[in-house]
Amino acid sequence: MSAAREIVARETHSTALDVAQVRADFPVLHQQVRGRPLVYLDNAATTQKPRAVIEALDRYYRHDNANVHRGVHALSARATAAFEGARAKVKSFINARSAREIVFVRGATEAINLVAQSWGRANLKPDDEILLMEHEHHSNIVPWQMLCEQTGARLKVVPIDDAGEVRLDEYERLLTGRVKLVGMTHCSNALGTINPVAQMIRSARAAGARVLVDGAQAAAHLPVDVQALDCDFYVFSGHKLYAPTGIGVLYGKAELLEAMPPYQGGGEMIKVVSFEKSVYTDIPYKFEAGTPHIAGAIGLGAAIDYLKDLGLGAIERHEQDLLAYATRALADVPGVRLIGTARHKAAIVSFALAGVHPHDIGTIVDHEGVAIRVGHHCAMPVMRRFGVPATARASFALYNTRAEVDALVAALHKVKEVFR
Amino acid sequence: MSDLRALYEEVILDHNRHPRNFLKNPPGATHHAHGFNPLCGDEFSIHLKVEDGVVRDAGFEGAGCAISTASASLMTEAVKGKTVAEVEALFRGVHGMLTHEGPAGEVGKLAVLAGVQEYPMRVKCATLAWHTMRAALEQRAETVTTEDPIPNCGVGHAS
Ligand SMILES: Cc1ncc(COP(=O)(O)O)c(C=O)c1O
Repeated sequence: MSAAREIVARETHSTALDVAQVRADFPVLHQQVRGRPLVYLDNAATTQKPRAVIEALDRYYRHDNANVHRGVHALSARATAAFEGARAKVKSFINARSAREIVFVRGATEAINLVAQSWGRANLKPDDEILLMEHEHHSNIVPWQMLCEQTGARLKVVPIDDAGEVRLDEYERLLTGRVKLVGMTHCSNALGTINPVAQMIRSARAAGARVLVDGAQAAAHLPVDVQALDCDFYVFSGHKLYAPTGIGVLYGKAELLEAMPPYQGGGEMIKVVSFEKSVYTDIPYKFEAGTPHIAGAIGLGAAIDYLKDLGLGAIERHEQDLLAYATRALADVPGVRLIGTARHKAAIVSFALAGVHPHDIGTIVDHEGVAIRVGHHCAMPVMRRFGVPATARASFALYNTRAEVDALVAALHKVKEVFR
Repeated sequence: MSDLRALYEEVILDHNRHPRNFLKNPPGATHHAHGFNPLCGDEFSIHLKVEDGVVRDAGFEGAGCAISTASASLMTEAVKGKTVAEVEALFRGVHGMLTHEGPAGEVGKLAVLAGVQEYPMRVKCATLAWHTMRAALEQRAETVTTEDPIPNCGVGHAS
């Protein structure tokens, strides 16, 4: 292919997603559930895996499996190269300054716990404040509550409005000099709200607070540039990004990570050990005690390659089209109340149906082959805010189609028929 | 649709729409208990009036899905007038029918709940009121739950 044609091909690539082709890449989608084609709309819980990821795991276990950083033999060298290659891919995916700023962890939850227990315990004093948004996932609430109990620091919460957007006036008001850390979700898993994180981080900086951004729902759906954001920490999970479970990422600014004490002790994270004293090794390994999830990291690298190949811009446009289509289609179903109507949203639609409990919705639409999530979505404060015990939630990914939105709507009409 | 109808029986839908003994704490009630499934959000209080070993009256309050609401409603109707021993036998019968743990006994009208056994993730909805009622009879103060610590239930869990 000539250079010019290659550019044209890449351009077309980045303008529109070939969804039929994408769907062919995901083996799990091609099955029937209860006699109907599977319609998988639970992507905020976890995404399906493309063949490229499954094959990367398979290849690693068939050909390269060995422990990393500790062998001189060929397999260990290959495993180490693949593992560190994955770290480099993550680094460029979120535009970190250095691969040393990329710590592999189990997932977003572990990353937040790591920051709370390592950075938090070393830096927080009684009456310091931690500022969180009302629509955080439990995993960006509970680790901070635990830290408050340990240090005497206090939790403050910025309310959201009826659309599910952060009340920025309240945010600015609560952002006093006492605030040492702001935890903010990039995108709410329960409401879909995308927070104006760049602006919020600027305010936090000005107030002298550190910022952790929970990117669990963002990393697979929006371009993320941690340098442009200038956040101190950014966390996400591989499994919501088409990669395996059990692998995730903590990004932290190098100077912060360097100053932080280790989170767990063990092998991999030390330079010298004697019974008198051990010397910790450098970042990121200081935070990676024990044998890591090597295959998971390699799978995450493969997922990132896959996404880059499709083009994040094209993915975002496709998902935004689905969001607009689904929002309209669901709003047209009599009795549906959309919960989360922020101006800037990811492709997540939470809703309630008059007179029908979300669990009954979940069971009946499952009968139609449609997988959605019902419950509190690990965001009980959000449920309380909107006065519902639970919601039904459809969350979309790059392989979903408008026809699948139609299938959901048809299934909701089935629900209404049963509950007539 | 046909097996869905086995779950959402007309009787169940009717008890969901018009729960019996609902929002009722019978005057002179002697036994109370609270049940809560945090993953689902289903939450009920059960009130019983027991005299001379006989359940004279029953009522419940709270909110939940159609299955848990109908089960609670049907239960309050079924236990009225029964001796505590008969209620215990009924509990075992219904529990056996729903969970296959133990024999399904004579359950009479409560057989409409049988469809739930085909939906493992919903069994805990149907059993919540029953376990709560039993806790009331045993005068146990702690909140009852039917959600396993190791849930076989994806409903409302995580994420
Ligand atoms: C916004 C948000 N934060 C954090 C998490 C926790 O992710 P994980 O369970 O993969 O650690 C999730 C998903 O469950 C989430 O949606």
